[in-house]
Amino acid sequence: MTTLTDPPKESFRLSMLINDTRYRSLTFQAIAAVLLALAIWYLGNNLIQNLRAAGLNISLTFLGDPAGYDINQRLVEYDSQSTHARAALVGILNTLLVAFLACITATVFGVIAGVLRLSNNWLVSKLMAFYVEIFRNIPVLIWIIIIFTIMTAALPGPRAFRGDNATSSMLFDLFAFTNRGIYIPRPVFESGFFAATSLNWVLVLAVLAGSWFATRRVNAAATAKQELTGQRPNTLWTVLAIWFVPFAALMFLMGLTFDVPALKGFNFAGGIKIGGPLIALWFALSIYTGAFIAENVRAGIQAVSKGQTEAASALGLRPNRVMNLVVLPQALRVIIPPLISQYLNITKNSSLAIAVGYADITATLGGITLNQTGRAIECVLLLMLFYLTASLLISMAMNVYNASVKLKER
Amino acid sequence: MADTQNNSVAFVATEVIPESPPPARETGVVKWMRENLFSSIPNGILTILSLYVIYLVLAAILPWIFNGVWTTSSLAECREVLQGKTGACFSVLTERWNQLIYGFKYPVEEYWRPNLAFVLLLVAIAPVLFFDLPRKLLMFTAVYPFVAFWLIWGGTIMAPIVAFLGVAAGGIVFQKFGKSTFAVGFFGGILAAFVVWAIGGALIPEGASENALLPAVPSRDLGGFMLNLMLGVTCVSLSIPLGIALALGRQSDMPLIKGICVVFIEFVRGVPLITLLFVASVMLAYFFPPDSTVDLFLRVVIMITMFSAAYIAEVIRGGLAALPKGQYEAADSLGLDYPQAMRLIILPQALKISIPGIVNVAVGLFKDTTLVSVISMFDLVGMIRGPVLASTEWNGVYWELLGFAAFLFFVVCYGISQYSQWLERRLATGHK
Repeated sequence: MTTLTDPPKESFRLSMLINDTRYRSLTFQAIAAVLLALAIWYLGNNLIQNLRAAGLNISLTFLGDPAGYDINQRLVEYDSQSTHARAALVGILNTLLVAFLACITATVFGVIAGVLRLSNNWLVSKLMAFYVEIFRNIPVLIWIIIIFTIMTAALPGPRAFRGDNATSSMLFDLFAFTNRGIYIPRPVFESGFFAATSLNWVLVLAVLAGSWFATRRVNAAATAKQELTGQRPNTLWTVLAIWFVPFAALMFLMGLTFDVPALKGFNFAGGIKIGGPLIALWFALSIYTGAFIAENVRAGIQAVSKGQTEAASALGLRPNRVMNLVVLPQALRVIIPPLISQYLNITKNSSLAIAVGYADITATLGGITLNQTGRAIECVLLLMLFYLTASLLISMAMNVYNASVKLKER
Repeated sequence: MADTQNNSVAFVATEVIPESPPPARETGVVKWMRENLFSSIPNGILTILSLYVIYLVLAAILPWIFNGVWTTSSLAECREVLQGKTGACFSVLTERWNQLIYGFKYPVEEYWRPNLAFVLLLVAIAPVLFFDLPRKLLMFTAVYPFVAFWLIWGGTIMAPIVAFLGVAAGGIVFQKFGKSTFAVGFFGGILAAFVVWAIGGALIPEGASENALLPAVPSRDLGGFMLNLMLGVTCVSLSIPLGIALALGRQSDMPLIKGICVVFIEFVRGVPLITLLFVASVMLAYFFPPDSTVDLFLRVVIMITMFSAAYIAEVIRGGLAALPKGQYEAADSLGLDYPQAMRLIILPQALKISIPGIVNVAVGLFKDTTLVSVISMFDLVGMIRGPVLASTEWNGVYWELLGFAAFLFFVVCYGISQYSQWLERRLATGHK
């Protein structure tokens, strides 16, 4: 009989730091930590020396100084006496505005082009393939410049609307397309319930949200009845009434009128002005990113197996119901993750606003403020911080949505 | 049964009816159109709408192109020649060709250098792109960066030679020791390269570039489409190794290494390229040693390389994650250590899966090189918006110039994406 003994306990030896895989990773991490610390020390030391040589310091107090420049596209009150921080806020809101608008329109363009590219109409699918290839393969900066040039060079100036033999006229006497921007009527509440305009708008939004919830209730009730009896009650008129009646009543009570843009002197006055740079950036970003989204949508639809379509057809569903009830819900799961990164791309690409003079955060904080105060490090770091936060927030929000539509596996 | 035939004889045809041609609506063009263009009423409406759109676009563009003027020297002369007809003024392209391609400061008599560098680039890149070419050509690819550097920047030939010798020494050391212990070979190679560079740098005499064979051209004189190409090629080729390292680091089970890589990748992917270019133009100089001058081109290359490396790392991480776990386990069970397993088993497969993604990043990066015009470098877009459109002769020739830029980028990017699709088919080994 042999007696089994435990293998001799190996005591830790220094050579095991190199030769033993269990400890080697510690060695590597120690080296990496030392190298990282050295690099930070080296860069930080250079920074301190350079700053001292230039007589600068790092501080954020400049944000409280008056900015001294004007921003013509703004969502909040701002004038040239406001602080740099206020200018940055205007920039942030402008970035968010153009990113939000472009995300919506890019999705619309992308879904339409993606679905049409799979159309069995040869001409339409080739046309959409052409759109996708043209827009994907040319830099977005060139598209922004091209569309901005169309805005400024091809649209008439306000002067063309003047006089008896005007060469241009306003669309329906309500909209004016000029090379300075597009003027649209502004809704005004003559007898609003609140003194502040914004509160009146909140009220309008609240009423619309109420209609939305009511519609959902009506639809849920209809579905319940359908499951009980097999007959779906016609909800069309109810839904229309729910949307239309409260809204119209509110508009009537608040005395809705429109402030229509009109020529005053050399320019249009009144109405809402959507500046040329905003339109150029908005349109260019949406049509460029739309081409990418179209490809994602196409890939998503093609990822749904053919058996699903055939099974749906075999059940007797009509083609558009096959698309709406069977294919798109499944394709959505494939489409959403790349869609998130396209939205992030739009947000990041909106920084190209600086090329057409749209006052986003890059143009205010990273452009004029940086040049006026010379605070390069602070401005660029704040700029990066904003974009990082925005990216993280967008991807978090979209990931929550993604989790909610994900296939629930048991 | 036998008499059925007799009885029905009057009703049975005795000869074969000659084949009649299919109805006209079931053959040829008509059938194709019925199926593909007018299969239903909405489809027919769509077709007619599309035809109308195509007609509108062509009607606007074709006369403009065909009436184009190629040989005048200013916009005013163009308008005289056209006499009010619609027509493009392409003469801006012929007259300002050199500026658009090389920038406005590169010495005219030295244009052959970038031209030669471009031709050699095609030769050097061919064996990388097409596997059928003889492998010996890769030797030239290895030498090419130094040749191209010398051709474009000029100056003393010693600098690129020393740089090459350093890299070669590093390569030799790695070949010798890397087979047995990867870490020794790797760090030994880097050390050898630095030793050679230090010795060589000390040997180059002061003022060697004064009367060199090729006169030195400073980086700020580079411009035009050449600058876009140079930035694109340099940054993509530098960022692929960096991206692989970052991707492996992110997969690593060492928390510190993984942490560094994750923070780097997520940070770079979270900010727009423009902010990184701002860093290059106004902020990076603070982090270099005092009284050192690192020129803007190099700073921009550093930042763009970091940017695309982060994206490439994510693509490669996808490729690594797509490999079946069995591959990792098989490599381990063969007794391969980590560098061997990566080099021989994992990376060849993972990189193959990631090729389409890497090409996408490369195309995106090449398009993004136009952003350097924002930090006042005169690339193609910068040239168009700056010196060319601002000149008195060509003020107002937007469409020809922007169309030209769009055309150049389209040709290159579309070409690359077609190549990637070809490569994907080529590399498909059947097991999806």
